[in-house]
Amino acid sequence: MSTGTVVLLSVAAGTYMWKAAGPLLLGNRTLPLRVEAVMGMMPGALLAALVVTATVADGRRWSFDARIVGLAAAIVALVARRGFVTVVVVAALATAAARAAGLP
Amino acid sequence: MALQLCRRRVAKVFCVSIGVAGGLTREERSSIARQALPIGLSVSPFGIAFGVMCTQANLRWFHALGMSSLVFTGGTQFAAVGVLKDGGTAAAAILAGLLLSMRSLVYGLMMTPTLKGSFLFRAFASQLMIDESVAVGTAQHTPQARRAGYLAGGLSVFVFWNLATMIGYWLIGSNADFTRRFGLDATVPAAFAALVWPRVRDARQRPITLVGAVIAFALIPLVPPGMPIVAAALAVPIVLAARQVIISREGGE
Repeated sequence: MSTGTVVLLSVAAGTYMWKAAGPLLLGNRTLPLRVEAVMGMMPGALLAALVVTATVADGRRWSFDARIVGLAAAIVALVARRGFVTVVVVAALATAAARAAGLP
Repeated sequence: MALQLCRRRVAKVFCVSIGVAGGLTREERSSIARQALPIGLSVSPFGIAFGVMCTQANLRWFHALGMSSLVFTGGTQFAAVGVLKDGGTAAAAILAGLLLSMRSLVYGLMMTPTLKGSFLFRAFASQLMIDESVAVGTAQHTPQARRAGYLAGGLSVFVFWNLATMIGYWLIGSNADFTRRFGLDATVPAAFAALVWPRVRDARQRPITLVGAVIAFALIPLVPPGMPIVAAALAVPIVLAARQVIISREGGE
């Protein structure tokens, strides 16, 4: 099996376990509140980390390029309470403009 | 008036076609359709970006579609394929993906009372356990409407997400220069920023997002790709411990 297939099947099986644990196994029982609270905060840390790596990582080094302009434009759109589509489109347009202006 | 009738008709056809209209009022049906259809559309640019990313990671088409249908959890797919794209190992990709989908466990526990039914129904409904389905479901006001909203939101995203993945993979991804020239590589961090934004605005969660971002930034040149994201999970115990120290200090004064 190729690396892609191994990752696909493992992540699919593992993610389904997370998704289905409640409805299939637990019935109406619930986790301790403390555990639930910690897990509920995990996505904040991981998503923020993804914003950072998707913006400035190039493999195992930092790369500061036009993506930063795109992210800055996205944050402006978010502050202006724009929807998901607008935020993504604005980021693409700003990055495209920055590249057209000569940024890497 | 004609527009309204037309909207109602679309709402009804949409809800009936996915088999969730039973026991709902007309208003409930139309409210669910008005939320479920746009949310499916709104994830499409993200799905296109995912298809593009799969080509950058040298994955085959069935990896891309397999991710979007079998994994079907946006952030997890991006994390796993992102690690591969940057040359990370399979183990790092799997770990990053599964850490990111851990929130589905919390969602599952939240939605369990709403998703009662046969084992097969619960097994099927569980696959739709994503941010958007839970968001549409929990926004409704009666148990039947919550269940219908969850299914409608999940199925709507499922269809648009997989179509968008195909478009990104086949129509756009083969032309890498296109991706850079039109700034499509920036749609990924922008989409994550949009997903994390409600947590940045929430005063209780803001420190966790900031600490997570700092950890990831600092670790980029130090550890293999993917690991900065995994390590960012440490932000939760760090911030909770710091909060504990602050609370106990304030209590002592």
